[in-house]
Amino acid sequence: MAKLMINGEVREVDAPPEMPLLWVLRDLLKLTGTKFGCGIAQCGACTVHVDGTPLRSCMLPISVLEGRSVITIEAVGATPTGRKVQQAWLDLEVVQCGYCQSGQIMSAAALLAGTPNPDDADIDAAMSGNICRCGTYVRIREAIKRAAKAV
Amino acid sequence: MTLSAPEIRPSRRALLQVAAAAGGGLMVSFLAPIGVAAGKEEAAPKGGFAPNAFIRIDRAGKTTLVMPQVEMGQGTYTSISMILAEELDADWAQVVFEHAPPNDALYANPIFGLQVTGNSNSVRAFWTPLRKAGAGTRAILVQAAANGWGVDPATCRTEAGQVIHDASGRRVAYGALTGKAAGLKPPADPPLKDPKDFRLIGKPVHRLDTPEKVNGQAIYGIDALPEGVKFATLAQSPVVGGKVAKVDDSQALAVPGVRQVVVLDDLVAVVGDHTWAAKQGLAALNITWDDGPHAGISTTQLRERLKAASSRPGVVGKSAGDIGKALTGDVIEAAYDVPFLAHATMEPMNCTVHVTPSSCEIWVGIQVMSRAQKGAADVTGLPLDKVIVHQHLLGGGFGRRLEFDMVTSAVRIAQKVDGPVKVIWSREEDIQHDLYRPAWHDRFSARLANGKIDAWKHIITGSSVLSRWLPPAAAGGKDFDAWDSAADLPYDIPNLHVAFVREEPPGLNTGFWRGVGPAHNVFVIESFIDELAHKAGKDPIDFRMGMLDKNPRMKAALKLAAEKSGWGTPLPPRCGRGVGIQPSFASWIATVAEVEVDAEGAVKLRRVTCAVDTGIAVNPDTIAAQLQGGIIFGMTAALYGEITLENGRVQQSNFHDYRMLRMNETPPIDIHIIPSGEAPGGIGEAGTVAGMPAVANAIFAATGKRLRRLPIDRDVLAGRKQA
Repeated sequence: MAKLMINGEVREVDAPPEMPLLWVLRDLLKLTGTKFGCGIAQCGACTVHVDGTPLRSCMLPISVLEGRSVITIEAVGATPTGRKVQQAWLDLEVVQCGYCQSGQIMSAAALLAGTPNPDDADIDAAMSGNICRCGTYVRIREAIKRAAKAV
Repeated sequence: MTLSAPEIRPSRRALLQVAAAAGGGLMVSFLAPIGVAAGKEEAAPKGGFAPNAFIRIDRAGKTTLVMPQVEMGQGTYTSISMILAEELDADWAQVVFEHAPPNDALYANPIFGLQVTGNSNSVRAFWTPLRKAGAGTRAILVQAAANGWGVDPATCRTEAGQVIHDASGRRVAYGALTGKAAGLKPPADPPLKDPKDFRLIGKPVHRLDTPEKVNGQAIYGIDALPEGVKFATLAQSPVVGGKVAKVDDSQALAVPGVRQVVVLDDLVAVVGDHTWAAKQGLAALNITWDDGPHAGISTTQLRERLKAASSRPGVVGKSAGDIGKALTGDVIEAAYDVPFLAHATMEPMNCTVHVTPSSCEIWVGIQVMSRAQKGAADVTGLPLDKVIVHQHLLGGGFGRRLEFDMVTSAVRIAQKVDGPVKVIWSREEDIQHDLYRPAWHDRFSARLANGKIDAWKHIITGSSVLSRWLPPAAAGGKDFDAWDSAADLPYDIPNLHVAFVREEPPGLNTGFWRGVGPAHNVFVIESFIDELAHKAGKDPIDFRMGMLDKNPRMKAALKLAAEKSGWGTPLPPRCGRGVGIQPSFASWIATVAEVEVDAEGAVKLRRVTCAVDTGIAVNPDTIAAQLQGGIIFGMTAALYGEITLENGRVQQSNFHDYRMLRMNETPPIDIHIIPSGEAPGGIGEAGTVAGMPAVANAIFAATGKRLRRLPIDRDVLAGRKQA
C-alpha cells in the first residue's frame, strides 16, 4: 500500500510504485477532475500541484510523492490563487468544452502563486504546455490578468 | 454541411402537448416539424402524451429544460435554454437543464430528422420550434392565472416566472399554476415576441454548464464510474481492414492488475483493475496483424489519385451563364491541395459499457445518441429499449463524435467482460484510428474582365462524407457539403461552373470535421480570389467589394473588418495582412489576419480581426467565443495540420507530431458582431473556416509567396525549396 497526501488527506492506495498519479487519482480515488489527454506530458490536461509546483500527473510515478502534498482541481478552490482563477474563468466565460480547463486552471493558479502580476511573456512561459483544442487561449490570457488584479 | 432553414420542408405540424408531472408540476412536450433531409416522413407518435418533455416546471417554480442537442463546448445548452426561457418568460435564476435521452421521435433535430448535433445548426434548427414551445407554455400559464382571477388573459403579462395582473396588482408564480395549467389546451399557433421585447436573447448570458467545469465536478463520458467498473484499453488494426493474425498474451496476463485479454477479429483489448494496468498489459502483448489489402497505401498515392480523378467531369453543383464561351483567351489557372486531418478532441475516444444477456447500458458523450443506441442494439441483438444510453458532456466533438465506432467496439469488448468496462483509447489510437477530414484537390480556371471575375470554373475532388453518413441527402451524387460555400459564392460572377468529383481514398475512413465543406472550400476559393486580385492589380479588399453589390450583408462585414483591422496602414518589414470572406452556415464573416514571416520561414500570427453578421445573436458572448476558438482551430490546421500514411499506417501519433497551436503562438483576436434582425445563423464551425485563407493571404502579402497547399511549408517560405 502506498500512502499519499492528496488534497490535505492521507490516502492509502493499492498501486504499484511506478503507477502514474493520474490513474491513481482517476481510477482508484475517483477524483476524475484531473484529465487524461495524451499520456506523454504534451498537453497538460492532467496538471496537478505537488508542493505547489504544477506537474503532469500522467508521467508522475507515485513513488516520488512520499512526503509531498498533492492538490488537484477538486481542491484548488481552497487556495487563494485557485479561487481567484476559477472566478476569473467564470467571469470571462473562458470555458468551452471544458475538458482541458482543469489543467489550465492548475497551471494558471501555480503561475499566480509564484508571479502575482504576470506579463504576457510569463503567461506564455507558464501556459504553453497546456493545449486547448477549443482555442480558449485569448480568454485564458485575459482571465489570468483579471485574477491577478482580483482583491 | 449547410442544410439551412429554407431547405426544411415540414412533414408534420408542430404539436404541443401538456400534462401533469409527478409531484404536481407541469410537463410540456413538443414535437418539432421534421425536415426531409433524412429522406423519410416522420409520423407523430400515437398514444397521446409523450413522457419525455422539453419543459418541466415544478411547484416550486424550478424550470427544467431538456436539451435535445449535446454540449461539446459550443454553448448550445445555454443558447437553447435562452430561446425557451425567452418566450416562456421564465425566471432565468430558476432554469436548469438536463440531457435528453436518445429518441429520434421526440428529440430529432428538425433539420436532420435525427437526434444529431452538428452542422452548426442547433440554434437554426430549433429557433422557431422552441420559441413556439416557450410561447405556448406561457399562454396556458397565463390562461390558468386568468381563469383563477376571473379576468381576461389579454390583461395579464408575464415576467421572470410570474403572471401579473397590473389592474388588480395581483401576481402568481408559475410554480403555483402548474396543476391548473396541466388541464388546459395550448394554442395551436401561439404569438411570438417581437424581437425588440427580448429580455434574454441578444444579451451576453453566463453559460449554464461552466461552473462545474472549473472545479473538476463536470462529468464527461470518460469520467463515468459505474459500480464495479473495470478499465480497458485497446489496439486496433494499424491498417484499415486489417485483422488480428496471432496474439501472444502470456506477458500481458502476467502484469499485476491485468484481468483479461479480449481478442476480436480486428482489435485486441486488455482489461484491468485500472487503466495503468491495462496500458502496461497492452504494451506487453505481442500481436501479429494481417494487414489486408491496404498495406501498401501512402499519402503520395492518394494525392496522385485525386489529381487524376479531377479531370473527370463530376456532378454539377452550380452552373450559370456560358462557361465554355466565357472561359477563353487569357485564362488564369491554379490547383490547390489540402491534407487529411484528425479531429484530436482533448477527451480521447472512450465508452463505458455493461452488457448482460438482457440489457446493454452505455455511458458516453456523443453527437449521435440515437445512432449509438441503434449501433449497440445491432451488435448485441437486443431490442432498442434494452439499450440504455447515458449521455455525458463531450470533451470536444468537432465531428469525430458524429460517428459511433467507439461505441460499437466497446460493446463488442464488453460482451466478453463480466460487469461494466470502460474502454479508453490512448491518444495514439485516437489519432491513428480517426475518420479523417478528407484530403481535397481543387482545380480553378478563371478569366477577368474590367477588373472583375467574368468566368469561374472550380472542380472539387475528394471523398463524399455525406454519401456515407446520410445517403438520402446526397442522392444522385449531389453532395451539397462538398460544394458548400463554393456553389453559393458570395460574389456576383456571370459565368460560373462548380462541380464535384467523388474519389474515395482506399485504406482510410473519412468523416465530418469542424467547418466541414466550407473549411476546405473557403480556403481554396479565397486564396484563388486573392491571386486574381493580384493579377487584376487591385487591392484584395477593393477587388472583393467590386463583386459584392448583390450581397449587402457580406459587403458590410468586409467593410467593418477592413476598418477595424487598420487595412492599408503601414506594417513593419516582413509583415502582411490577408483577408478572407465567407457566406457559410448562414453567417456572413470577413476576417483579416496579420502575420510576420521570418527568414527561416517561421510564421508569427500578429493579430486577427473578424466581423460577423450572424443574424440575431442569441448569446453574443458565445458567438465571440466560438469565433475566437474556431479561428484558432483553423489556424492550427493552416500552420500544422496534416495526417500522412505510409504502408497503410498513419504516421502521426500524438501532440508532438500532430501539433496544436499553443498559448505562445496565439495572437489577439478581435470579434465585431454586426447588429441584425435576421434569423440566427450557425456559428460553431464558422471560425474554423475564417482562419485559414486570411493567414495564407497574409503570408502572400508578407512574402510574395503563394502557398497552394496546406499546411504551410516553411521551407518554401525560407526559400529552401520551390512551392
